[in-house]
Amino acid sequence: MLQSKTFVKKTRAGRVQKVVREHYLRDDISCGAASCSTCGAVEHPLSADAAAILVVDTNVVLHQIDLLENPAIDDVVLLSVVLDEVKNKNLAVFNRIKALCSNKARRFFVFTNEHHRDTYVKEMVGESPNDRNDRAIRVATRWYQSHLGENVKVLLITNDRDNKRKAIEEGINAETVESYVRSLAQPGLLDLVVVSTSGDVTMEDVEDLRPSKKKVIYSEHKPMSEITAGLRCGIYHQGKLRVNRYNPFEAYVGSESIGDEIVIHGRSNMNRAFDGDIVAVELLPQDQWHESKSFIADDDEDDEEDVHLAPNSADDAPRKANPTQSTAASSADSVSSRPVGRVVGIIKRNWNSYCGSLEPMPMPAGSGGVAHALFVSKDRRIPKIRIQTRQLGNLLDKRIIVAVDSWDVLSRYPSGHYVVLIENDINTRPFSTQVLACLPPLPWTLSPEDLANPNRQDLRHVRVFSVDPPGCRDIDDALHCTPLPNGNFEVGVHIADVTNFVHPGTPLDEEASQRGTSVYLVGQRIDMLPKPLTEDVCSLRADVERLAFSVIWEMTPHADIISTRYTKSVIKSCAAMSYVEAQARMDDSRLVDPLTVDLRNLNSLAKIMRHRRCERGALTLASAEVKFEIDSETHDPLDIGIYQIREANQMIEEFMLAANISVAEKILKHFPLCSLLRRHPSPTKEMLEPLLRTASSVGLNLDVSSSKALAESLDNAKNDDPYFNKLIRILATRCMTQAVYFCSGDLTFSEYYHYGLAASLYTHFTSPIRRYADVIVHRLLAAALEIAKLPPLFQDGPQLTGVADNLNYRHRNAQMASRASVELHTLIYFRTRPMDTEARIVKIKANGFIVFVPKFGIEGPIYLTPKGDKGGDWVVDEVHQRVTKPGTNVSYAVLQTVMIHMEVVEPQPHRPKLQLTLI
Amino acid sequence: MEYVNPLTGFRVDGRRPNEMRQLKGEVGVVARADGSALFEMGNTRVIAAVYGPREVQNKGQQVNSKDALVRCEYRMADFSTGDRRRKPKGDRRSTEISLVIRQTMEASILTHLMPRSQIDIFVQVLQADGGTRAACINAATLALADAGIPMRDIVTSCSAGYLCSTPLLDLNYIEDSAGGPDVTVGFLTKMDKVTLLQMDAKLPMDTFETVMDLAIEGCKAIANYIREVLLENTRRLECQRG
Ligand SMILES: [Zn+2]
Repeated sequence: MLQSKTFVKKTRAGRVQKVVREHYLRDDISCGAASCSTCGAVEHPLSADAAAILVVDTNVVLHQIDLLENPAIDDVVLLSVVLDEVKNKNLAVFNRIKALCSNKARRFFVFTNEHHRDTYVKEMVGESPNDRNDRAIRVATRWYQSHLGENVKVLLITNDRDNKRKAIEEGINAETVESYVRSLAQPGLLDLVVVSTSGDVTMEDVEDLRPSKKKVIYSEHKPMSEITAGLRCGIYHQGKLRVNRYNPFEAYVGSESIGDEIVIHGRSNMNRAFDGDIVAVELLPQDQWHESKSFIADDDEDDEEDVHLAPNSADDAPRKANPTQSTAASSADSVSSRPVGRVVGIIKRNWNSYCGSLEPMPMPAGSGGVAHALFVSKDRRIPKIRIQTRQLGNLLDKRIIVAVDSWDVLSRYPSGHYVVLIENDINTRPFSTQVLACLPPLPWTLSPEDLANPNRQDLRHVRVFSVDPPGCRDIDDALHCTPLPNGNFEVGVHIADVTNFVHPGTPLDEEASQRGTSVYLVGQRIDMLPKPLTEDVCSLRADVERLAFSVIWEMTPHADIISTRYTKSVIKSCAAMSYVEAQARMDDSRLVDPLTVDLRNLNSLAKIMRHRRCERGALTLASAEVKFEIDSETHDPLDIGIYQIREANQMIEEFMLAANISVAEKILKHFPLCSLLRRHPSPTKEMLEPLLRTASSVGLNLDVSSSKALAESLDNAKNDDPYFNKLIRILATRCMTQAVYFCSGDLTFSEYYHYGLAASLYTHFTSPIRRYADVIVHRLLAAALEIAKLPPLFQDGPQLTGVADNLNYRHRNAQMASRASVELHTLIYFRTRPMDTEARIVKIKANGFIVFVPKFGIEGPIYLTPKGDKGGDWVVDEVHQRVTKPGTNVSYAVLQTVMIHMEVVEPQPHRPKLQLTLI
Repeated sequence: MEYVNPLTGFRVDGRRPNEMRQLKGEVGVVARADGSALFEMGNTRVIAAVYGPREVQNKGQQVNSKDALVRCEYRMADFSTGDRRRKPKGDRRSTEISLVIRQTMEASILTHLMPRSQIDIFVQVLQADGGTRAACINAATLALADAGIPMRDIVTSCSAGYLCSTPLLDLNYIEDSAGGPDVTVGFLTKMDKVTLLQMDAKLPMDTFETVMDLAIEGCKAIANYIREVLLENTRRLECQRG
């Protein structure tokens, strides 16, 4: 079993102690080449007839991941030293390269050079880790060449000049990315690479900015007078440019003058036009039209691969707005005859702000200075945007929003600046083909096997219904409430049976686990699971048979739970109502149909449960959740308002809480060490300090000794101001930390407590379509019922803890993204709608105060004195949280109502911000 | 943390999941003792010295007069871990390991052949890098053999764990401190008998069995190695004599 191995000890000098680790060097690591007869065979070998076997360095992986993902690049050796470096520098890229390496359709081989006897490289005295790694890459490349012999060409791909020079000196074949791809002679690919290589914001690129070295890349736009003249005499054609969603290097201009769509190929023909710009186009000579064929064929292939991409809202139909679309669509099959043109001028710009992130790049030396970086928009139709930033380290790996400023003929990319930072790393990339391959065959229907399954109860005869926000398409919960002969009720909560479709260890499961949660942005949703699952197969829509996981109680009319059972089930929902609809039914006393009676019964049970929960000390917290109405065309917010909570919302919430608690009890009983639960730590005195200070300044005494005491004093916090209580609750909510997921084995029982709900146990079971935690809990529950085996993950404490941590991280990110999205839309909304409104003072500052605008859920400073002025003539009374102007009776106190004016101002160009002023 | 690289299947130190660390055994390292041995499993290094069989020194300790009394003292050298902390003698962990070693060795020593006598086993960890318990038992076995004490069989020990959904043989310190399950098995190879089984976590039955089987395979490999060391030693003694 054991090979004879030599080993060296790798010493890592830690802070205090010396850590000695063994590092085994082996002689049995396969090179992975099919042509090699010495090494053991591997599962997916590098092909025997490859023109060259490529060894890539770290920066190539980091910067050219898009290129590597292109199927034209194959037979790549990834050295473990490279993977380790990539992992340290950019986890997102690492995950992508990892996916490539495990993709069976591709030939990417991981060679553990660090543990191979012949390729291990020991750090030399005075050698930097970077140099050592570069040397390791060269040594491994040379080993491959000598190991595989002269019949196979082994090529080192590096953009590092120094490394390339050294490699060639050492007799290694080495090329830059660009020269290698050029040698492949695939025009489409080259286009991609040119973009990517100049995307490497290396020193050369920065040097390039010097005027002397600049090259003209695009042709000059024609002056406006010439364009109008050209349009009039028919040389030019006017239209809105639409970039192909699946191939950003191709665009269409719908032209009324020729009654057809003009196709534009490549960025240079697009000549700096953005999607949505009104442009003037000149037709190319007809003999150049046919060249388009290959492009369109390419494009079609892409199309198929990306079907799942078509995401949310009006964005789905990028060319819908085009009035000539109808004619274009009908002529789509005769593509070859479509005219081809190039943009000569831009009549109206459609520049906007774009959401995306910076391309990974190494931190330039002396990070205090200005760095040039390339911004990559989430929207593929938008080219990369060059930005200057002084806070590169802060922005890398973050989701940011960038606005476009200009696009020079000398510059390959438009210039812009960064507007907003959305601090999170949320995976917005479409699902990969491997992930989509895990979906059940569509359209999905209930199979006889599902019905024959002894573990699955047929509940299709039960009157099940769902109540959700209006327009909800991913319905993961439904209920039923049947009166029993003994006067009790059978109440069931039915949750989408996601784990019936998402099996542990599959690419689909791994992707969902990584994403952790769906992200809800204004007018957009980033799904955790592919759309066919979320909106169709799993969604408990009305009048279709769906698989569910049910919690069924027998409850007395006083909402005492007599028994609880759990089962997988088949249901057929009879109605998918919105909250408003359900509320209206309950309120309309004329209605006595069974569904309405069920609703009323549920509601009266829910009220008792809610009352009991509050008795126990559950906090009724409040937050101002803002809702936008979005114009489906322009994506601009049309209306903004606070989310209204109705009784129906609370009713559903109550039963979801009850189901979650029942499930938490069940799984913890069976798996005391590896259950995934959710806890809400009690706030400490220090955390509640700001609340107490504000409260005492208005003469309110809050008892924070326990959640029950706090709940009671919040209930008693009333005065003649109707909004006062809500305001205090909002302030209290702000002091609390968030609830978190954890693994039951990591904490003691008393730490499981959920402070906000006053529940000793809690978990998430009711939203498996949009939260991965619920998927885990579904598996735990299935295992507890002995209808499924517990996946191996749960046998591994540290791994489960890691999953819980990732879920918390993703959850937080999703919330921050939502907030950032709301903030951005608030800004857009008020840009055209300055207004006066009522606000409440929530905090007193030396030169002003912070106000909260209940109507819009926003908060901001109001300055009583100009900035810079230290607020000389205002006196702050800390104890009473009051600011007074001496000699006058003008004063402002905390919680006081003030009228303010809201307006978007632009103190610096392109940096709009919302400004609040006192009226 | 990835204890097993998902792409290559290698562990942090370059081993495959079912591979043991480098073994090294040497007998006769303490001249004054009746038998002694040094045993290494990777960076874990343990020295064992055996005194006896000799007359029982404290009659009170003798349980019965038919069997030999086996005593064991386990210690960790202060310099054996990275932090060089001074460790109190006779702490709970040492007492427990002493007991474990004593019971395991007692099960293989033919105590009934040496009535009214006592055998002392001293084990000292010189360097700790995971799997000290197993290494101690292996060192004690070698030392007992060196002392010429009659045994039923060679008893060897090896640990195995379960991390990243993979059963791992012979955990080193990093893997040991990951907090996953850690199964230590003591095994009599010829008799095919488990004499020690310890685990400090929960594992489902079927996983547990694969992990335990892996540990047993490790024990067998160690037994082969120990036999080789002893044979080599015998050969050397022959040469010296002849
Ligand atoms: Zn080979």
